[in-house]
Amino acid sequence: MTSPTSVLPPDAPAWPADIYRTLRERDIKQVSYVPDAGHKHLINMCHADNQMKVVTLTTEEEGVALACGAWLGGERSVLLMQSSGVGNCINMMSMLKTCQFPFLTLVTMRGDFGEGNPWQVPMGQATKAVLEAMGLIVYKVERPEDVGPTVDMAAQIAYDSQQPVAVLIGQKVIGAKKFVKKG
Amino acid sequence: MSTAADRLDRRALVSALLADRGGLLVIAGLGSPAWDITAAGDTPLSFPLWGAMGGAAMIGMGVALAQPARRVLVISGDGEMLMGAGALATIGAKRPANLAICVLDNGQYGETGGQATHTALGVDLAGMARAAGFPVTETISRAEDIPAARRALHTAPGPVLVVAKIATGEPEKTFPSSDGAYLKSRFRHALLGAV
Repeated sequence: MTSPTSVLPPDAPAWPADIYRTLRERDIKQVSYVPDAGHKHLINMCHADNQMKVVTLTTEEEGVALACGAWLGGERSVLLMQSSGVGNCINMMSMLKTCQFPFLTLVTMRGDFGEGNPWQVPMGQATKAVLEAMGLIVYKVERPEDVGPTVDMAAQIAYDSQQPVAVLIGQKVIGAKKFVKKG
Repeated sequence: MSTAADRLDRRALVSALLADRGGLLVIAGLGSPAWDITAAGDTPLSFPLWGAMGGAAMIGMGVALAQPARRVLVISGDGEMLMGAGALATIGAKRPANLAICVLDNGQYGETGGQATHTALGVDLAGMARAAGFPVTETISRAEDIPAARRALHTAPGPVLVVAKIATGEPEKTFPSSDGAYLKSRFRHALLGAV
């Protein structure tokens, strides 16, 4: 099999491949997502890996339920989403705490550092508080070289200590999209 | 408009679906479906929900993907399935062959005062599943339809969705444990052994 990392364009940053390798090493089998540009390369690598079961969602809360089902069935999973999707998950996350499900989500931030779209800001600014209010452990990453090791430790506390965990990948890592407007 | 006479009794239906269930893995949506599967006989390989409305089908999909050799049956209500209607598209796109869903459709939000759901107003959940790519979809309302529906739910290459038009009215509540951590752990122990 060709390595899934070969789907990356030459100018791709290193951190999405760092996440991909970590997910493989941590035996993550089910990958669900609502796409975000920040997760583009990781999503492409997961699709290129025939050992990963990739599920495209219509809304992020489906991924929370899927993760619980995966664990009931004996598999580890990860939910990839943008920070705006965190708001869609709130009630479904009740199940993580009530049933003590391990859970890992990797959230690419919008409405964070230098956001150019005002509609993204309210949810982006509330993301960490919302996750913590629902009982998740939250790790935020601001430097590309920290992404892989942080995801690795998040997977460890999620699956070895059976905790719900979110890693927030900040816009300092991803870069803020430019919305150019005159006036 | 259908009448009570041409609608199914929910407890008789669920008992028929779960009799001699073998290795079937069962997820039940919150409210009456959770009480129904418990009345049919509580076992560790049943996971009844007390919350997480809209999540039953996707929990079933996670189990189905993790356990491709096992049959997974989700039993839920019309209100619960409508809240998670996007899951029909997600499941239709992924097409897990071992996943089946039975919607107990009384056209009402039974736990909250019997308000009409969308299915009472013409929305067809089986049609939505068919349009999403489910290869097997059926709507049943008579007792003589149950054996064929059971066969489809237990054995047809899926995903399968059966809408069972059930009578309104609430049977006596038969509660499973509400301890979610226990329900999760007993399911995993029974399915996976010591974990």
